[in-house]
Amino acid sequence: MIFNEEFETLPREALEALQLKRLQQVAGRVYHTVGFYKRVFDEAGITPDDIKTLDDIRRLPFTTKQDLRDNYPFGLFTVPMSNIVRLHASSGTTGKPTVVGYTRRDIEIWSRLMARSLVSAGLTKNDIIHNAYGYGLFTGGLGVHYGAEMLGASVIPMSSGSTKKQIMILQDFGPTAICCTPSYALHLAERGENMGVDMRSLRLRVGILGAEPWNEKIRQEIEDRLGITALDIYGLSEIMGPGVAMECAEGRNGLHVFEDHFIVETINPETGETVPYGEEGELVFTSLTKEAFPLIRYRTGDMSRLMKEPCKCGRTHVRMARVSGRSDDMLIIRGVNVFPSQIESVLRGIEGLEPHYELIVDREDKLDTLEIRVEMSEDIFSDEIKILQKIEQRITKDIKDYLGVIAKVKLVGSRTLERSEGKTQRVIDRREV
Amino acid sequence: MKVEQVSVFLENKPGGLEHVTRVLADADINIRALSLADTSDFGILRLIVNDMESAAKALQDEGFTVKRSHVVAVEIPDRPGGMHSISKVLTEKNINVEYAYAFVERSGENAIIIFRFDDIDAGIDALLENGFTVLPGEKVYRL
Ligand SMILES: [Zn+2]
Repeated sequence: MIFNEEFETLPREALEALQLKRLQQVAGRVYHTVGFYKRVFDEAGITPDDIKTLDDIRRLPFTTKQDLRDNYPFGLFTVPMSNIVRLHASSGTTGKPTVVGYTRRDIEIWSRLMARSLVSAGLTKNDIIHNAYGYGLFTGGLGVHYGAEMLGASVIPMSSGSTKKQIMILQDFGPTAICCTPSYALHLAERGENMGVDMRSLRLRVGILGAEPWNEKIRQEIEDRLGITALDIYGLSEIMGPGVAMECAEGRNGLHVFEDHFIVETINPETGETVPYGEEGELVFTSLTKEAFPLIRYRTGDMSRLMKEPCKCGRTHVRMARVSGRSDDMLIIRGVNVFPSQIESVLRGIEGLEPHYELIVDREDKLDTLEIRVEMSEDIFSDEIKILQKIEQRITKDIKDYLGVIAKVKLVGSRTLERSEGKTQRVIDRREV
Repeated sequence: MKVEQVSVFLENKPGGLEHVTRVLADADINIRALSLADTSDFGILRLIVNDMESAAKALQDEGFTVKRSHVVAVEIPDRPGGMHSISKVLTEKNINVEYAYAFVERSGENAIIIFRFDDIDAGIDALLENGFTVLPGEKVYRL
């Protein structure tokens, strides 16, 4: 099934002509309305009028997370706040989040693309959708919600947490589809089984899972334990939210990027050079139709590869393979993006603490856990237990306040952690993916 | 009238205490009193030794995090209610005991208790005013 047959199956030639026209428009718009883009285009020696073919996109400068940070909170918006109807945010690397804005039309397009994604997974207006993505600043909850309503399906706005209640609703309301992270789907399966619920006999038949890395083995396990078809969805708040790309039920091999609204590229993260189709690289997106907050060549940090071969579902849009990892050291902990540098800056903010630390990421009951080991120093050591416990509590609180994740903090002896140059060596990730 | 104490940070894992006592034994240090306080994560070992200077240095050289601080050593009458007579005075004077532990040796007929007060000087004054014997550091290290 296809939600928007005309645009999702547009012949490549027509699709690319549409992309070029929209690229020229958006490049012109950001150049003339956002000081940042004018400056970086000028520095790169290119003007919007120089874009004659789609390949000319490679001459445009990249936009990075750092650029978003430098223009916090609204510096890259192209419309006045009076035209913005919604704000979302994702965690940033210095404690400040990345803020994104939407006009009424942006919300409408997002809803339509999300509806496309749901239909791509085989859903119709007759489905009941259990939405366990978090509602709030995170785009997951509301993004899926609006798409489900656009489709005309019945949506249950569960949000995240309260697993026992979620299982009760799954039994009593009989949803036919669930949207959540893959690890939460497994957690639900496990908790339900422990509660004596036959999770395979629920009415659920489809899972639309994303917002964290996973693999075929996890897909198999989720499908077996919940008795559903599990499909991969991709999105990021900077570009829109969920619904940038979606796996189709027919092909089950890669996610179609909705190319009438986005241009996707893969680059070598070291050199910035474009890598050929089929080869792994960092995903780079340009949003073609966003009004409030379009981004030109945004570097996502997500590693994937693009597949141009036609798909049996009939969609002509290019597919991206499931995200295989990160080009940087970003960690995803229960769906929250966390950079080790953020933790380091929190530790540096606590007087007397030396930022010698180690992060241990693991999974307990299928949910991510984060332990932060911090070395003791002469400056903070005390002969009183309660003073050391206060330091641990302070670190936990600051991490929660700035990053939104709950960490277990453990003080360890000085000079017991390995000293290394590379930051990633400070992270021990024991999760499977 | 204060006694110097050295505290050592210990991770909660096997061999931590043994490591400290080995370092001190190798440095010819005699441990006079000791208390180990711990949580599920870490412990604090507090020591009174015959040679504070050498003990702190030996431990630091081994990579331990060490803190030197002052505590009070008080003689308590070795009879029922002996400890209570001290607690009573401290409560009356509103002095908070952060922790306390017993000394290995005796001073004549009397036991010795080590106290860490929130206000160490006020604690010493209160005890002296009420006729308790507070032992000076030099005496404690050599007991
Ligand atoms: Zn397809």
